[in-house]
Amino acid sequence: MATEPWQSGGFGLYLHWPFCQAKCPYCDFNSHVQAEIDQSRWKRAYVAEIARVASETPGRVLRSVFFGGGTPSLMEPDLVHAILDAVRAHWTLANDVEITLEANPTSVEAGRFRGYRDAGVNRLSLGVQALNADDLKRLGRLHSVTEARAALDLARDTFDRISFDLIYARQDQTLDDWRAELTQALTYAADHLSLYQLTIEPGTAFGDRFSRGRLGGLPTEDLSGDMYFATQELCEAAGLPAYEISNHAKPGAESRHNLIYWRGGDYAGIGPGAHGRLTLNGTRLATDTPKGPLDWLRQVETTGNGESLRQSLPLKDQAAEYLMMGLRLRDGVDLAILSALGGINKNKIKWLEDIGMVETTPHSLRTTAAGRPVLNAILTELLPD
Amino acid sequence: MTDLKNIRNFSIVAHIDHGKSTLADRLIQMTGTVAERDMQEQLLDSMDIERERGITIKANTVRIEYPAKDGETYVLNLIDTPGHVDFAYEVSRSMQAVEGSLLVVDATQGVEAQTLANVYQAIDADHEIVPVLNKIDLPAADVDRVAEQIEDVIGIDATDAVQISAKTGVGIPDVLEAIVTRLPAPKGDRDAPLKAMLVDSYYDAYLGVVVIIRVIDGVIKKGDRIKMMGTGGTYPVDRLGVFRPKMQDIAELGPGEIGFLTASIKQVRDTRVGDTITHEKKGTDKALPGFKPAQPVVFCGLFPVDSAEFEDLRDSIEKLALNDASFSYEMETSAALGFGFRCGFLGLLHLEVIRDRIEREYDIDLITTAPSVIYHVHMKDGTMVELHNPADMPDLTYVDHIEEPRIKATILVPDEYLGDVLKLCQDRRGIQQDLTYAGSRAMVVYDLPLNEVVFDFYDRLKSVTKGYASFDYQMIGYAQDYLVKMQVLVNDEPVDALSTMVHRDRAEARGRAMCEKLKELIPRHMFKIPIQAAIGGRVIARETLSAMRKDVTAKCYGGDATRKKKLLEKQKAGKKKMRQFGKVEIPQQAFINALKMDD
Repeated sequence: MATEPWQSGGFGLYLHWPFCQAKCPYCDFNSHVQAEIDQSRWKRAYVAEIARVASETPGRVLRSVFFGGGTPSLMEPDLVHAILDAVRAHWTLANDVEITLEANPTSVEAGRFRGYRDAGVNRLSLGVQALNADDLKRLGRLHSVTEARAALDLARDTFDRISFDLIYARQDQTLDDWRAELTQALTYAADHLSLYQLTIEPGTAFGDRFSRGRLGGLPTEDLSGDMYFATQELCEAAGLPAYEISNHAKPGAESRHNLIYWRGGDYAGIGPGAHGRLTLNGTRLATDTPKGPLDWLRQVETTGNGESLRQSLPLKDQAAEYLMMGLRLRDGVDLAILSALGGINKNKIKWLEDIGMVETTPHSLRTTAAGRPVLNAILTELLPD
Repeated sequence: MTDLKNIRNFSIVAHIDHGKSTLADRLIQMTGTVAERDMQEQLLDSMDIERERGITIKANTVRIEYPAKDGETYVLNLIDTPGHVDFAYEVSRSMQAVEGSLLVVDATQGVEAQTLANVYQAIDADHEIVPVLNKIDLPAADVDRVAEQIEDVIGIDATDAVQISAKTGVGIPDVLEAIVTRLPAPKGDRDAPLKAMLVDSYYDAYLGVVVIIRVIDGVIKKGDRIKMMGTGGTYPVDRLGVFRPKMQDIAELGPGEIGFLTASIKQVRDTRVGDTITHEKKGTDKALPGFKPAQPVVFCGLFPVDSAEFEDLRDSIEKLALNDASFSYEMETSAALGFGFRCGFLGLLHLEVIRDRIEREYDIDLITTAPSVIYHVHMKDGTMVELHNPADMPDLTYVDHIEEPRIKATILVPDEYLGDVLKLCQDRRGIQQDLTYAGSRAMVVYDLPLNEVVFDFYDRLKSVTKGYASFDYQMIGYAQDYLVKMQVLVNDEPVDALSTMVHRDRAEARGRAMCEKLKELIPRHMFKIPIQAAIGGRVIARETLSAMRKDVTAKCYGGDATRKKKLLEKQKAGKKKMRQFGKVEIPQQAFINALKMDD
């Protein structure tokens, strides 16, 4: 059987937990604050959805499971355990399956780490975001620097692999501030770091303040460029080179789950507002679910199917997504796959090579170090018309 | 038909914002010409652009019936004239159509340059002038000072000036009485052959071309066959009427009367402001004096941002031209911009009005190239070429010398800003002709090259004087000067739409300013872009737009794919709003904004 493009990316499962203790002002993810959550009701819904999706993907080997949110560390370890039991019952797991859970580094949540590990989680991703008290407060985070350090220590002792997130290019942050903070972060012995430039998204508290002209101190394009390059330099020197625009890892410690996205693999999305991409009977499908937690829950309970959208992706969109996701990787995209999707524009590639934005090898197209920070501009050239 | 002695025809002379439209509204309202419920602001300004900008572009008339204190009912015809220097000829024709003027002066502001220009036209037209001091309800009103200024500056008696507040309605009855008692009745001979002036015309979707006329001699009736003496066209009169201000049919118009006619005229172009209308048979053989065809003085290229919209642009331009004889156009091809039109306008306001109407009424995004005046390029072989477009500049080896149009500019400005105004005029190669004082205000007269004024002079003047200066100009002829064509190169490619004619001594400064401006206006690209100004092959100014540093989505995972793809597609579509020059994309607004100087 001829291989389908998704297979070079593999197959993973994304589970969305939509609740948070508080909404952060920069966050535009599907998250909700709710006082009482009936976790056993949620358990039944997740387990039912796992059974449904698994019945559509028989024989597949699951490379990764990712609990994202919201704040998945608000899930009871029992809930995580039940979900992973269902996963194990329905799919064959790869020998090196990666099971990641996103966690906030408060002391309460750290108390559940051992339970998650016992449930099968082998990688923890901590939302540290900043290493100074003022900025944590500005970012609306509920933890302190001390709590973050303690959570990191505990996570390191509990899980095989840990990663943490930092947000930079924050309000009033100088280049020296960021260099010092990142240097500090690199001493925390994580094998993976996600370093995101603060992005002001519409529909967030920051977005609202920004549009009213009341979010000052944001860096200029030049400063954020400088910060990006400083990040590359410091991480490289510390042995955590960038393998993607914002993700850095020791060789071999890359997030296998996220690589599925970036390599054009298949992923099932379960939970409120979880997107999926599945290739079934030779057709690549985009799936979506209701965003509202209760809407999703009720739909699963009453219809036995949490999907609200399932449509086939035209080749043009597949090519666009493959470029958009794949060029984020240092290793770029596979030209054979891009060609199969009809996404090669030779003239544009040639021109982008001439101006030093991309480079090609016999099998791949990738961005150069200069091209990576202006990937959107490159993509507007390469996306199919 | 009304007896001559019971007719009064008048116009209102005023500076923008001094209350001309409000006074007109008030007169119409107070005489019951319009029902209360139909009242709206600026009744006579019908176009959106007129209302928005507070200016009048087309002449409008309204017929008011006023029972005066003497017991007789009078017919008052108001012609609302265009109020901008671009339309000076139209103003002069409107002035010829009436016997008197109300000179409205804002009692808090005093006389402005534009008031002066129009009042002189009223004086030239032998008008009786009644000064009206408006806005007397405002605390800042200084009636005595302004009356004195009217006497000093304009030289007319202001002792009997009518004091009003058009806003509150105070003094409006006095204005009506003054019109009847102080303005002369029109003269005319009912039995003479028909002689009427074409005051203005406009296109109406239902009626075709509507012509506003003032009858001088004779009588015009529905069904008459008429002849336009200037254009030679003959037409049957379909409909005859007056504006109250809505159209109202009337059986005939006699001497002294003002009204409209429709006559199956297809295009406004067939009707020329100032033309004489008579009967086809037994008509007069003596046309009215002063008729002249409209002459565009400012030219620019109009190109669609999306070249696929060229046909739509052609369509819109043709339609607008039908309604505007003073607007000229011909097809133009530009290496960089593709197909478009080279258009001629009466002035910059006229240009902006037409451009706005195309963008608004026809929904076409336009690139407007650098406005140019008409240069006279004298060749070595003794011939002269009229240059409308710097792109057409002949090879210099065949050029003997170049002449440019010059204007006489009259500027009125409060004392404290005089220095700034003199500097501005000096910077624009002006030659001072006169400097006099009227109270605390100076009146400066400059001889200026039109090409220095055509673009942003008025904006700059308003800006350096915080809006207190007023400005008016008239063409005075051509003079030789050291003029060169300056090209702009973006990423080493010449952009012909940005070529301008400049004085050699000003070229470096202009070039530098344009390069700096373009550096702000062109977004960063993935590579650095040199922006240069050059004369011939010689670069005289250069800026470098540095390469883009950061344009990447920080977070992009499985759940983001759909949304981020849409954002990128939007970003890609945004590029279509720009024009590609080689590998550089230049936004639409850059073409016109690059020329605006902050000096």
